[in-house]
Amino acid sequence: MPQSLRYVLFAAWVLALASTPLWAENYVVRLAIVIAMYTALTLSWNFIGGFAGYPSFSTAAFFGLGCYAGALPQNAGVPMVLAWALATLFVGMFAALLGIIILRLRGHYFAIASFALVEVVRLVISSWGNLTGGGDGLNVPLVSGGPSAVAQTFLGVMIAIMLIVFAVTILVDRSRLGFGLSCIQQNEDAADMVGVDTTRYKVYAYTLSAMFCGTVGAAYASWTGYIDPSDSFSIIMTVKVPVMCLLGGAGTVLGPVVGAAAFLLLEEFFWANFLEYNRAILGAIIVVLIFFLPGGLLRISYSDLLSRTVRRSTQPGATP
Amino acid sequence: MFHLQTLVNGVVLGALYACLAVGFSLVWGVLNVINMLHGSLIILGGYLTFFAWHSFGVNPIIALPGVALVLYIIGYLTQFLVINRIVNQPVLTTLTLTFGLDLILYNFMTVYYTATPVRVTLDLGVVDFGGVVMPIDRLLGMVLALVLTGILYLVMRSSRLGRAIVAVRMDRTAAKLMGIRVHRIYAITYGIGALMAGAAGAVFAMVYPVTTNLTGAFLGKAFVVCVIGGLGSVLGALVGGLVLGVIESFAGQFFGPQHALTVGFLLMLVLLVVKPTGLTGIKGFE
Repeated sequence: MPQSLRYVLFAAWVLALASTPLWAENYVVRLAIVIAMYTALTLSWNFIGGFAGYPSFSTAAFFGLGCYAGALPQNAGVPMVLAWALATLFVGMFAALLGIIILRLRGHYFAIASFALVEVVRLVISSWGNLTGGGDGLNVPLVSGGPSAVAQTFLGVMIAIMLIVFAVTILVDRSRLGFGLSCIQQNEDAADMVGVDTTRYKVYAYTLSAMFCGTVGAAYASWTGYIDPSDSFSIIMTVKVPVMCLLGGAGTVLGPVVGAAAFLLLEEFFWANFLEYNRAILGAIIVVLIFFLPGGLLRISYSDLLSRTVRRSTQPGATP
Repeated sequence: MFHLQTLVNGVVLGALYACLAVGFSLVWGVLNVINMLHGSLIILGGYLTFFAWHSFGVNPIIALPGVALVLYIIGYLTQFLVINRIVNQPVLTTLTLTFGLDLILYNFMTVYYTATPVRVTLDLGVVDFGGVVMPIDRLLGMVLALVLTGILYLVMRSSRLGRAIVAVRMDRTAAKLMGIRVHRIYAITYGIGALMAGAAGAVFAMVYPVTTNLTGAFLGKAFVVCVIGGLGSVLGALVGGLVLGVIESFAGQFFGPQHALTVGFLLMLVLLVVKPTGLTGIKGFE
C-alpha cells in the first residue's frame, strides 16, 4: 500500500471518530473517546518502546500522575486548559529527571524499574491523603452542559491530543532524533560508538513518551470528574498500551493507531459478549499476538497474502 | 523489647518472602524471563491447599507436597509447550507473553474460586518467648519456608540436575556444547519455579487469607526481593527476603503500615540504580 494512501485512510478514520456524535448514540461516542485516548497513549509509548526499543511499562504512572497534576490545580481555581498544560509540563519534567536515572538500566532491569515506578507513584499518591484525598479519590470540577455536550467536547479534546502526538511522531520519525533512536533500538553500544548521544536521545524519547500521557490523564480526569489511585494507576493499562502498539507494529508511525483501534474494538466486542471471561480473552489475544503476529498488523504483506489466497483458489486441481 | 518484637516479626515475614521469591528469582536468572505468572501460581497453590483442607480435611503440611507436584507439572508444561518457543526473544516479548498467561489463569481462578478471601485456620495458639509474642502458625510457616528454601539450595548445590541448571544460567551456549539439553533444563527450571510458588502458596494459606486480589502484591514482593538480594541464586533470594521483611516491619512500626510497601519499592529503585546486581550479586547479569 503506498504511503499516501495510508495517510488518507488515517484521515478517514479520524473523521469517522470525530463525526460519531452525528450518526451514533452516546455509547458509541464514548467508545470513540476511549479509542482516541488510547491511540494517544499508544503513540506516546511508541517513542520509547517502539523507536528506541526500551521495554517501558510506566505508562500508567505518567497517566495517573497527569490525572492528579491536572485535577489539583483545577481544584485550586486554575482554568481547565491551563491545568492540562501544567500537567503536561509537570509530567514531562518528572520523566526527564527520572529518565536520567533509570535509563541507565537495560533490558529486564529497566522493565522492572518502570513497573515499580507505577507502584511507587500510586503508593505515594494514595498515602498522601491530605493533598490527594488518598484512597477516597478526588472530585474534579465538572464541565458544564448535558452529557452529550460534554461527550462532544471531550471527543474533540482527545482527538486533538491524538493528532498532536501523531504530528510529533511524524516529526520524530523523519528527524535526526528518530534515526538515532532506531540506531539505539538496533544496537545501543554500536550507536554510542559511532557518535549517537544515546543518553540524551533516550531521555528525549522517554520525556516525549511521558508528557502526552500527562495531557491525556489530565483530560481524562476532567472528563470523568472523579479520580482515585486504583483507577488512575492500573497495571492492566500499563501493559495494555504496549500490547496495542505491538499489535499494530512497534516503531512505525501508523502502527499504534491501527493497534489501538483493533485492540479496543476487539475488547469492546468481547466485553459485550463474554463479560466474565474478558481478562482471559485479553490474555489469549496477547498469546496469539506474540506467536502469530510478531511484527504487528502492519508488517503483514497484505497484497502478498491476497495474491496467495487467490492463486490457491484458482489453481486447477488444488482441492481434490 | 519493643524493637525485638518488630525484628522477630520482620524475620518471620522475611522467611516467607524468601520462599515466595526464590522460584521467581530462579526463572529470571536461568531463563532470563520475568515471570509475570508467578503471583497467580502462588495463589493457585494457596487455593489448592485450602480446598484440600476445606473439602477433604487434609492437613496443609501433608497437602503441601501434592500441591507442589501439581504446580510442577503445570509449570513444566507451560514452559515446554508455550514459553520455550520465544524464550530467546527480547524482554518485551517474554514479559508480555507471561502477562497474557497470567491474565488467563487469574481470570479462571476468579471465576471458579471467586475473589472472597479464604484461609486455613489451624488455631495452634501463640508462643510467648520472654515478651516476644508469635502465633505458632506463623512460626510453622517460617520453618516450612526456610526448610523449602534450604532443600532447593541443596538440590542446586549438590545434585546433577542442580549443577546443570547453574551451568545453563552461567552460559547457555557452553552448557549446550557440554551435552546439556538446554530446553529441557528450561522446562524443569520453570517447573521448579512453579513448584516453589505452589509451596509458598500452601505456606501462605496457613498464615494469611488467600484471594486472587493478592497476585499483584505477591509479584511485586518477588520483584523487590530479587532486586535487593541479587538474581538467580537461592542465597540472594534468602538475603533479599530477610532484608525486605525486616525493613518492612520497621518501616511499618515507625512510619505507619501504609508506608511499609512504599519503603520496599523505593529501596528497590535505589538499589537498581546503585547496585543492580543486588546485595549478593555477581556481575554480568544486568
